[in-house]
Amino acid sequence: MITLTVNGKRHDLDVEPDAPLLWVIRDELGLTGTKFGCGIAQCGACTVQVDGKPVRSCVTPAGSVKGAITTIEGLSAGLKHPVQQAWLAEDVPQCGYCQSGQILAAAALLSDTPNPSDADIDAKLTNICRCGTYPRIRKAVHRAAAAMAKGART
Amino acid sequence: MTAAILSRRSVVFSGLSATGALVIGVPAVASAALQPPVMADGTNPAKEMTAFVIIEPDNTVTIRVPHQEMGQGTTTALAMLVAEELECDWAKVKVEYASANRNSKAGGNLYGRMQTVGSSGLRTSVAMMQQAGASARERLKLAAADRWKVDPAECTVSSGKCLHKATNRSLDYGALAAAAAVVQMPAEPAIRTPDKYRLVGKWTPRLDTTAKLDGSAKFGLDAQVPGMVYAAVWSAPVYGGSLKSVDEAGLKDIRGIVGVVKLKDAVVVVADRYWRAKKGLDALKIEWDAAGYGGVDSAQLNKGYVDALDKPMATAEKKGDAAAALAAASSSGGGAKLVEATYEAPFLSHSPMEPLNCTVALGPDRADVWISTQAPMAVLQMTAKETGLKPEQVYVHNAFVGGGFGRRGGAHDELLQAIAVAKQVGKPVKLIWSREQDIRRDRFRPQAAVRFRAALDGAGKPQALQARIAVGSLIRGGNGPQEVQASEPMATECIQNSFYAFPARDIGVLLKNSHIPVSFWRGVGSSQNGFFVESFMDELAHAAGQDPYQYRRALLTERPDALGVIDAMAKHSDWGQPLPKGRGRGLAILEAYGSVSGQVVEVTVSRDGKLKIDRVTCVLDPYHVANPNTVEQQMEGAVIMGLTAAVWGEITIKDGAPVESNFHNYKMARMVDTPARIDVHLVPSGGPKWGGVGEPGLGPLAPALANAVFAATGVRVRRLPLTHADLRWA
Repeated sequence: MITLTVNGKRHDLDVEPDAPLLWVIRDELGLTGTKFGCGIAQCGACTVQVDGKPVRSCVTPAGSVKGAITTIEGLSAGLKHPVQQAWLAEDVPQCGYCQSGQILAAAALLSDTPNPSDADIDAKLTNICRCGTYPRIRKAVHRAAAAMAKGART
Repeated sequence: MTAAILSRRSVVFSGLSATGALVIGVPAVASAALQPPVMADGTNPAKEMTAFVIIEPDNTVTIRVPHQEMGQGTTTALAMLVAEELECDWAKVKVEYASANRNSKAGGNLYGRMQTVGSSGLRTSVAMMQQAGASARERLKLAAADRWKVDPAECTVSSGKCLHKATNRSLDYGALAAAAAVVQMPAEPAIRTPDKYRLVGKWTPRLDTTAKLDGSAKFGLDAQVPGMVYAAVWSAPVYGGSLKSVDEAGLKDIRGIVGVVKLKDAVVVVADRYWRAKKGLDALKIEWDAAGYGGVDSAQLNKGYVDALDKPMATAEKKGDAAAALAAASSSGGGAKLVEATYEAPFLSHSPMEPLNCTVALGPDRADVWISTQAPMAVLQMTAKETGLKPEQVYVHNAFVGGGFGRRGGAHDELLQAIAVAKQVGKPVKLIWSREQDIRRDRFRPQAAVRFRAALDGAGKPQALQARIAVGSLIRGGNGPQEVQASEPMATECIQNSFYAFPARDIGVLLKNSHIPVSFWRGVGSSQNGFFVESFMDELAHAAGQDPYQYRRALLTERPDALGVIDAMAKHSDWGQPLPKGRGRGLAILEAYGSVSGQVVEVTVSRDGKLKIDRVTCVLDPYHVANPNTVEQQMEGAVIMGLTAAVWGEITIKDGAPVESNFHNYKMARMVDTPARIDVHLVPSGGPKWGGVGEPGLGPLAPALANAVFAATGVRVRRLPLTHADLRWA
């Protein structure tokens, strides 16, 4: 039995502590916005936040997580988060499969580094997008940073 | 035009006849009694205006699209084509996939082939979608005229309303849809000409964006079926090999294991959760047979393709006497030159972000399949064949596709495995490929080698082009090693009948396959042949001592579309502006999937050989653009995917099996690798045809990059990926 707090809700789950957090989120909790991409923490499609920090859930044992988990479903109500708003304004997604992870990674970057340089974005946003949405992601991150500087609330 | 208002109970179907003519409004079913009120695929013909358009009383318009959304924006663009004619309120438009099952029941004539391959999503369905919109609009007008008892010619439409200006009356589409559904028209209305477009051609946000920002977009992997079990699979590492033995002792302490399914060339562990199935799979000790291919490696394959260039070939194109011109150029003086170069390209994996997966539920008289596919009709046919059911008993629940790039175009190994497993366990099964399985059991872009020879006259003008092409056949691939003196269109894309004016041409092809399976990879032949031919054109320009842009331009004078593209490339890339040593620009232009596509790449190469791509200028002439937003996305994305392929992309073979297995050793471009500038310029030149968009952006990147590297360093890259080249310069 393990206990997880996901999107503000506590879950007591009858799963092995070494079960990957990704699959517990997807298949026990039914939150399928978090995606499986590589299984070895290379691509970031499985990115969630634990206490606001980006975590690659595919290699994270569920039993090891003590903090509050945020998945894409819990980032905001009605796409209100400035990162989601910026993604909408730049019309970032193509296939969309990696975007939950990209958004959570970007939101974590901005809470750490409110006005990131291109070099910060290069260093911190390492998630893979096979469709190649990187140019629009970069624009959207700068847009979100500007909105947050003007007071947009996360 | 007069309206015949029929009984609401008479169901009106719409679609293409067997000959392809549009017959929207003609009943395809004699009696409504033959149809259940809601079909088993969830659609409800009784609530439709047509099979393409449903308008609710609240004016919501649902448009059914016959192509798949894998990121290209096709679903939004197809809906725009319908809405343009329908003149509905775009803010109230929704899109859903057309049903493959229903299409099958209509003999494939309702929604067409429903394939999303070959950059065909828009260009093969333009007429069908425009007609669907126009037909719906006219029927709404006729229904309004009947309601108001006025001449239909006095009725107009605007933003989701029918209007009768003389009496100042209007009705929402939603109030007219039921009546309009049973209108019979003597003839289909005309389609508006491009100069009248109001929505088509405008930068329009995608309809699928919001669902992709909050996790609600459902992909194949997200299927949830009551009672399903999960399957993890390893296939034989050597393609064609088979399973020898499995030691299952490692499973005994793992919770939730349902069983092990042994297929001829794969082992599948089934469990109540995926992670338990995968853990079980990793705990097995498996022995494989290598079918005699265990000694094959990349060095042998590479040599084999280059050696094959001297073998007899099939003639794909012959014009003039190329051999004589080449012989004359090699022996004569007067400045004539023979230029020769050999190029090589490796196997490439598709690696969509969503690994292959499939969920199936099999019943005695019905099969349901949840899958990310580019080809739902192929899924339906394959499922029918494997289960013994009729195609009309198969329901394909196609979802958003987490990347296709050709991998999901119809081979669907994951579907066959899921059905085999479901048959054995007697429960619905979700089968998921690991990334390692997805890469190592991919059906790769074929390995290829090409040798070009060209004869240049004393002024450097080319007189003859000879090509020798050795490449894997996509049609015959997957059937073991073979060499066939034959050609196929994919083998010669961008080389055969290319738009350059060579007086003599001689194109030979040897289709040469190893045991490694090959398939369609985004851009297909244009993705490697574009590198070959546009690198060689650069070499010819260099041999002639001419500017690569002007040199090509002189050979394109018969093609105003190509001239428009190459001139725009030069204009927008600052072509001709001097750059210091170590920096350079290269260009490439080609015709692929019905469009002309060109790129200029600007690079910096450090003295110790480190490459940085500073800027890419893309120009595309697709003749017409439905949505500039998504076409720009396709160009940006093609640059990134082309960059990954050109700089790092290579599947190598050792002991008969692919070596690369995941993103740590099959490298993908990331944000840090993305050029600081990717500028896209769309130059649609109009005319009767629509060009493709998804693939034409791939081919130019590698040659433009290699040509830029040459301009910066003097190093000529003739083999992909660039990791094989030493880019150091002094």
